[in-house]
Amino acid sequence: MAQNTEEIIRVENLTKVFGSGKKAVKAVNKINFSIKRGEIVSLVGQSGSGKTTVTRLILRLLKETEGKIIFEGKDVTNIKSEEKKEYWKKVQAIFQDPYASFNIFSPVKKVLLDTFKLFNSSYSKKEKEKLICETLESVNLRPEEVVDKYPFELSGGQRQRIMIARAHLIRPQLLLADEPTSMIDANLRSGILELLLSLRDTDGCTIMFVTHDLGLAYYVSDRIFIMHEGEIVEEGSANKIITAPEHPYTKQLIKDVPKLSEEWLTS
Amino acid sequence: MTTKKTVLEVNNLKTYYQTRLGEKIKAVHSVSFKLCEGEIFGIAGESGCGKSTLAMSISGLFLPPLKHESGSVFLEGENIFKKDINYLRKEILGKKYSYIPQSAMNALNPTIKIKDFVIDLMKEHEPEMKEKEILELTRDRFESLSLPSRVLDLYPLELSGGMKQRVVVAISTLMNPVVVAADEPTSALDVSTQKMVIKLIKELFDDGIVKSIIFITHELPVLRHICDRIAVMYAGEFVEVGKMEDVIFNPIHPYSQALMQSILVPEEGMKEKKLPCLPGSPPDLRKIPTGCRFADRCPIATEECKKEEVEMTSLGDRSVRCIRINYIMMQGKKVTPYGTKY
Amino acid sequence: MSIIKLLLKSPKFLIGFGLFVFLLLTAFIYPAVSTKDPLDMVGFMYEPPSSTFLLGTDNFGRDVFVELIHGMKSSIIIGLFSGLIATAIGITIGLFAGYKGGMVDNILNSITNIFLVIPPFVILILITVSIESRSLLTMGLVLGITSWPWTARAVRAQSLSLRNREHVDIARLNGASTFEIIVKEIMPYILSYIFMAFIIQVASAILSEAGISMLGLGPSNIVSLGTMLSWALLFGAVRSGAWWAFIPPTLVIALITFSLYIMNTGMDEVFNPQLRS
Repeated sequence: MAQNTEEIIRVENLTKVFGSGKKAVKAVNKINFSIKRGEIVSLVGQSGSGKTTVTRLILRLLKETEGKIIFEGKDVTNIKSEEKKEYWKKVQAIFQDPYASFNIFSPVKKVLLDTFKLFNSSYSKKEKEKLICETLESVNLRPEEVVDKYPFELSGGQRQRIMIARAHLIRPQLLLADEPTSMIDANLRSGILELLLSLRDTDGCTIMFVTHDLGLAYYVSDRIFIMHEGEIVEEGSANKIITAPEHPYTKQLIKDVPKLSEEWLTS
Repeated sequence: MTTKKTVLEVNNLKTYYQTRLGEKIKAVHSVSFKLCEGEIFGIAGESGCGKSTLAMSISGLFLPPLKHESGSVFLEGENIFKKDINYLRKEILGKKYSYIPQSAMNALNPTIKIKDFVIDLMKEHEPEMKEKEILELTRDRFESLSLPSRVLDLYPLELSGGMKQRVVVAISTLMNPVVVAADEPTSALDVSTQKMVIKLIKELFDDGIVKSIIFITHELPVLRHICDRIAVMYAGEFVEVGKMEDVIFNPIHPYSQALMQSILVPEEGMKEKKLPCLPGSPPDLRKIPTGCRFADRCPIATEECKKEEVEMTSLGDRSVRCIRINYIMMQGKKVTPYGTKY
Repeated sequence: MSIIKLLLKSPKFLIGFGLFVFLLLTAFIYPAVSTKDPLDMVGFMYEPPSSTFLLGTDNFGRDVFVELIHGMKSSIIIGLFSGLIATAIGITIGLFAGYKGGMVDNILNSITNIFLVIPPFVILILITVSIESRSLLTMGLVLGITSWPWTARAVRAQSLSLRNREHVDIARLNGASTFEIIVKEIMPYILSYIFMAFIIQVASAILSEAGISMLGLGPSNIVSLGTMLSWALLFGAVRSGAWWAFIPPTLVIALITFSLYIMNTGMDEVFNPQLRS
């Protein structure tokens, strides 16, 4: 858990407007935040809060309307295709629906082999396959059982493990996990979370969870950002946000989440 | 509670899905329970455990590929599997037993106004009722639940997800059904709207409009706030049934224990716990292994567990489907959602 | 694959497919084994069907049966060729517009819409009159380049809904190029639509060919189903009561398009689960 104070990513005044004129929708409105290397943070928001747009902006899958993204001290806002490849070696993602993350026409092996495109690697096919097998083992899957399978032949938990294996193969500096467990049953969720969190220890990876689930965010993160209607309304340590929220929206949100020890329906 | 009248009795219910390839997916296996008047009964379980199938099967309306194998369901003393489809459609569904599926809000026809939908629906059950009467009844009901009655003149498209779901709940209970089965009624909603929908369901119950509720969800914290009793379902079977406090805060079956430990809520004491890790996944319901269905993933399973089908063991007011109860009790540890205490 | 199994269980698909294959085989095998030239004048004008001429003779005293089979062959060649061209143009434009979105989409979509609103028959007539010698392939080409917009639109809508799928994002994060993404991540998902669009294109090209040829703008010096109708019309087959000169080609056109449409309906039911009963 060695944490240093080096900043890995900083977002300045990031804004995204969809559409134009009267129909313009401000999905993300001038947000600012910074994440330190090795930190685990969560961006918490309800559907429509703009949190997924933030993910796509950081991943450079979407062009911002305004603002800057500074990664490892370098402005990456206007990078072009070759630089993007370099960027994607360092910034990767895991998405919500592990089934939709797969091309249903490709077997697992191909999905993982495709990640080597990011690297102009001199690995032979054998070496690549060996690496893939090792990585699959590291996410507790038996390679011989899964490599030749198609996504529909796997369970949701297995699919998400493969997506983690994919991230692990790339060894990014920053991993964005967009609702990584919301389509996965509670009992399998634990294993997935543990694997994700272990990436910090094995790869020194910084992780940003993007989720609607405050309980999950509280459990996994050091710091939490609360997002509402395109803005970050409050940020703070996980403990502070949960026990002493300041912003009215955060207060309401925490009150509305069903908990075990407090009354819920009467509040 | 024991003096209360039993409204629903499910005996040894077994139902299955017939696949196109001729296989049987045994979705519900030997489920028995009684629901009393004035009770909210929660069914917890993960996707594919058969909880929705159970609620659909209770209606007695078996739409292919769902089929009935054995067992019976008594609703206010009537054996509903003995009735024909037309009787079920007219006299049972919506009138005595109302099933609100997860995607209920998508059941609203987007091209017709809410009020026309209500009229169509009511006419099916009460053909002699006049449109005016139906609307009056609906307005009154909406007002008593403090839902704006102007939504009746709107199209479903004009309503938010939370409002749509509340409207559906209000409509499906218009005929004061004895039992309502709410199947994940809030899982697609934001926490704030989720709370409103559940408050509405609770209100229907508190006002006596609905006598008993079967509440199905995978969100355990919600069950904590509305249920009297909870059943934990795994691979088509109930593995533990008991009072809410017992099942959530002191589960006995190894599967329920794992399930409760995996609850994550934003409150103190949750951050430090260790999440349980169950290996593997639930069995394929086409080829169910002999013996305990959870044995392959169970941390305390022995060879004995895999030998023969496990029956429910009664422990006072709860029952558990496990042959190693004595061992669990002897360990003397208390498993809670906050972690394990010795 | 299970999809193919399901297709083979669909009576609509089987009827359509069987009929089409039968027509296709007849159209291609008969001319290959028989030496009869459809343009040979072997009898008198409008001889009724007999044992020598199964379907009688036409206005030039040519054997209608031989003409019919050769005509079928020409029509199918034109249909397939035109369908191929329309589908190729349609999917290229549709996939690109749908995936790229933004400016690219706006431009390509405008072009598509312009082509859609110009009545294809007018373009067809203009193009056909300006070409001196019209072979089967020129006819196919002309029909193909006027009918692609429908395919383009359908494909565009499909790829628009696919481009924000997570597997496409994953491919982008792997550094895949636009071309790779379109071919590997989007196209496989809409292959069934493309195939269905192709079938419809073939059927409508056969109909258009008949229409054009009936106006006398069909392929030169070649028998097609449309030119047969055109001659029947010009030489008053209806007035002379020579039904054999115009009913068989009409029936064959109807049969080919029927087989293709019903095949398409069968496939639609298999690929689109909402339509399954």
